[in-house]
Amino acid sequence: MSTAVVHDHESGHESHLQHHFADSEQQAETSKLGMWLFLATEILLFGGLFVGFGISQIKYPEAFLAAHEHLQKPLGFLNTVVLLISSWTMVMGVWSARNNKQKALQMFLLLTIACALIFLGVKYFEYSHKFEDGLLPGRFYTHSPMSDHQFVFFSFYFMMTGLHGFHILGGIGVLTWIYLRARRGEFSSAYYTPVDLVGLYWHLVDMIWIYLFPLLYLIK
Amino acid sequence: MNWLQNFTLPSTGSVFAGEVDSLFWFITWVSVFFFLLITVLIFYSVWKYKYRAGRRTPHLEHNTKLEIIWTVVPSIILVVVFFWGFAGYIAGAVPPANAMEIQVTGKKWVWSFEYPDGTRSVNEIHVPVNRPVKLVMTSEDVIHDFFIPDMRVKKDVVPGRYTQEWFNPTELGTHVVFCAQYCGKGHSDMLAKVIVETQAQYENWLATGGEEMQKMPLKELGAKVYEEKGCSTCHSLDGSKGNCPSWKGIWAGSNKMQDGRTMVVDENYVRKTMMEPGNMLLPGYDNIMPSFQGLLREREITGVIEFIKAQK
Amino acid sequence: MANAVAYEQKHSPNYLNATRGIWSWMTTVDHKRIGVMYLVSVLTAFLAGGIFALLIRIEHLTPKRTIMGAETYNQMFTLHGAIMVFLFIIPSVPAALGNFVMPLMLGAKDVAFPRLNLMSYYLWVCGACLALGAIVTGGVDTGWTFYTPYSTTTTGSVTWMTMGAFVLGFSSIFTGLNFIATVHKLRAPGMGWFQMPLFVWGIYATAIIQVLATPVLGITLLLLVMERAFKIGIFDPAIGGDPVLFQHFFWFYSHPAVYIMILPGMAIISEVIPTFSRKTIFGYRMIAFSSIAIALIGFLVWGHHMFVSGQSELATTIFSALTFLVAIPSAIKVFNWVATMYKGNISLEAPMLYAISFLLLFAIGGLTGIYLGALSTDVHLHDTYFVVAHFHYVMMGGTVIAFIAGLHYWWPKITGHMYSETWARWGCALVFIGFNMTFFTQFILGSRGMPRRYYNYLDQFQPLHAFSSYGSFILGGGLFLTAIYLLASLRGPMNAPVNPWGGTTLEWQTQSPPIEHNFEGQPHATTPYDYREVVETHV
Repeated sequence: MSTAVVHDHESGHESHLQHHFADSEQQAETSKLGMWLFLATEILLFGGLFVGFGISQIKYPEAFLAAHEHLQKPLGFLNTVVLLISSWTMVMGVWSARNNKQKALQMFLLLTIACALIFLGVKYFEYSHKFEDGLLPGRFYTHSPMSDHQFVFFSFYFMMTGLHGFHILGGIGVLTWIYLRARRGEFSSAYYTPVDLVGLYWHLVDMIWIYLFPLLYLIK
Repeated sequence: MNWLQNFTLPSTGSVFAGEVDSLFWFITWVSVFFFLLITVLIFYSVWKYKYRAGRRTPHLEHNTKLEIIWTVVPSIILVVVFFWGFAGYIAGAVPPANAMEIQVTGKKWVWSFEYPDGTRSVNEIHVPVNRPVKLVMTSEDVIHDFFIPDMRVKKDVVPGRYTQEWFNPTELGTHVVFCAQYCGKGHSDMLAKVIVETQAQYENWLATGGEEMQKMPLKELGAKVYEEKGCSTCHSLDGSKGNCPSWKGIWAGSNKMQDGRTMVVDENYVRKTMMEPGNMLLPGYDNIMPSFQGLLREREITGVIEFIKAQK
Repeated sequence: MANAVAYEQKHSPNYLNATRGIWSWMTTVDHKRIGVMYLVSVLTAFLAGGIFALLIRIEHLTPKRTIMGAETYNQMFTLHGAIMVFLFIIPSVPAALGNFVMPLMLGAKDVAFPRLNLMSYYLWVCGACLALGAIVTGGVDTGWTFYTPYSTTTTGSVTWMTMGAFVLGFSSIFTGLNFIATVHKLRAPGMGWFQMPLFVWGIYATAIIQVLATPVLGITLLLLVMERAFKIGIFDPAIGGDPVLFQHFFWFYSHPAVYIMILPGMAIISEVIPTFSRKTIFGYRMIAFSSIAIALIGFLVWGHHMFVSGQSELATTIFSALTFLVAIPSAIKVFNWVATMYKGNISLEAPMLYAISFLLLFAIGGLTGIYLGALSTDVHLHDTYFVVAHFHYVMMGGTVIAFIAGLHYWWPKITGHMYSETWARWGCALVFIGFNMTFFTQFILGSRGMPRRYYNYLDQFQPLHAFSSYGSFILGGGLFLTAIYLLASLRGPMNAPVNPWGGTTLEWQTQSPPIEHNFEGQPHATTPYDYREVVETHV
């Protein structure tokens, strides 16, 4: 690789500075801008699904109303709470990093991962219940005649929660990686950008759920 | 300039065509003017300001007056073009109340039509001159498009809904129709005809199928139906197999059908295949042939039979 | 000021020989090496797409079957379109030339995220492999636009191809993301937004579109695959879906995509014309703002691909009006470039010849867009060869010609070699003549009613088709010739000057080819296009 490591006069913390940046501050700001841009693309990606859902709902309002009664609102509500807690633990993680609290950082990262796992667990229960009832996407749907178009609702339900769940999984992966780096002492008040960036990503994943939940579970 | 019109555009077959063409030519002359302007300025600059060592160039960063002119003038022209196009479009989008309605159905790769009096046809419609016609169209499979260049009309034909277009034909004669939305293997063979004729000829056609069809020798008529009604898109005459069996040498042969029966290829066999293709499947072929029930006149069916007899 | 600093040509190490071996290239994070890898890759895709094009034109020498059957023909035009759009044009200028030149122009050592840059390249490779997979597992015959329900019901490797496009989309998104961050954060000291070269403005405007529009393509293709595999009921009317909805989703990306294609090409022209006119660019700010305006307004006009689709008259009218709006900034740019040439000191090396070709061909392409934006004429011309001619004039006569201009312009910087000017002029002539023969003819074919994507055609169209095909052979010959002399230039000593053209932007202040970290020390911003002190070049 052609990157050179620039060692500043300070301790080994400056080893994170990449050669094409003038200083840590420029690198941190640039990374943050990059993450915000990435989040914008995610919003547009999910946006397409939201628009598709909206259009289908306008086309088949009664079908969507009837179909969404099959969703288990308490479980959805639980998942919403779990994700909100995970966002709080993530914020606390970033705060810990910024204030050099290594143990707290690791604990909060683990808690965030735990919340994410609980979320996926709850989703697993929800999905199994749907599979039992024949509420499956597209051509696998067997709960009611295709002609009533309720299967379209479930197509979107599985696609949107599925894509979201895929992002939760990715988040767990990234959070684990950050946790391992935290254990190696890589983060401090001088350099905690990766924690910050993962935090931003995690808040977006949470926020998407905040929109998904009412749209799919609650709206009449 | 008539040769330019004839070279560039199809014949003007409808009232609407004239309106479209006048905007077409306006845009053309405006474009030619601006293109020549740019070209002349470029070539002039290249010639007059050819490289000379030591020459200094003026530091011209902007010229407000010039920039306003070249923003405002094109904008005005484009606004004019927009409204002109919009007016023509709206006129073309709203059929007159007295327009005669014809139902159009597109299905790979054949057009079928139905008239208000129940007359049906395939791949051709006859209309009386100078009376507006409205087409109400739908598809039975993928998206097609009913494009009549001479009338300057075009509209997608969409499965699951109806779309419309209308025209007022002013020119007697045959006007070609193209499918203008890609629809697979037979897309470029999915042609039809709009035959514009006098009221008397039109009514004759409606009742009897028209003089030409009645007078033409049967085998010749069969060949015409083969070419124009969609048979040629799928059935070859030279033995080569496609999605559908070839007609070469099939007459009087003995066929084992997909359901196990054995049948002889005679008049009734051919007729039944044309009317109930799903019940006449040969082994190894899919059920994709459309039914021609009600779409062909008796004489046309007989013509096809004679034509098949001749395919040795 | 902005003049070339006398920089002695040392036989010093450069980015090409700094490290050796294929592994050093495969794991490079040097934007220049990544740019070169992209260049080789997209030009290979161009060759493949071009071969399909020539096969199409050979088929069209006669009205019925010439060398292939209908089903093969349908695959030819699908693959030609998909390869050219997704594998060649969209990445071409930004990822190949932009990657190389932009950090140099900004006085930076690299792009903001070098490792992400390498990942973008590998995503391109993955996408290319998936597209290749589509070809070898049965081909695709839907057209590059994948309209439903044909694409949800036809056999063929639609899923492979759409997944390839999906992956290529992410390559494009990450490149755009990288470039936005680079332009915001890595400019040299003293380089404000209005001291940036216009090439950077163009790439920046393109990057905005890449980041915002491409995800919508991603989700559209995902929905298409889901519809095919699982029958989810969104696009297929047989199960209650809306086929026209697919068109809305698809064009919401694909219209901005054409601005992803043209803005970088325009960006190159904004560099070449002032350099070879030795005169400051006319209307710097207007060109910069026009680029942003085109990027933003470009998001609002997608429905002009759907005037006859059955969408409402109201929507159709609004889209037509907005389409005329987006034409204005492009027109302004053309006038600005011509005004730059006026009273210049003009020499006609290959980059300039191609830039002038661009002006003429893009003018035709843009003017013919007017016929299509106007509603009544569009009804007649939609889905005919008129549209095919229009988009080839803007995409090929525009972007590809500009790309070739940029390739010649920066060839000495990238490779350290000079190409043969004589051969280049012949190549340009053949390309220009061949291109017009091929595509101007197609305007007439279209206005006379010849539909597009047609395997068979009526006899009356044959003379025009044959003429167009002969033109395509000349065009192909010109491009082939260009490839040969450019490759041939790589032999011999690396003796290209630091600044062969007298350019005023920062890339001309470092050696040809550049050292690995671009500049010795941190360069400070100059004012681009300032020719008040004349630079003598070796014309």
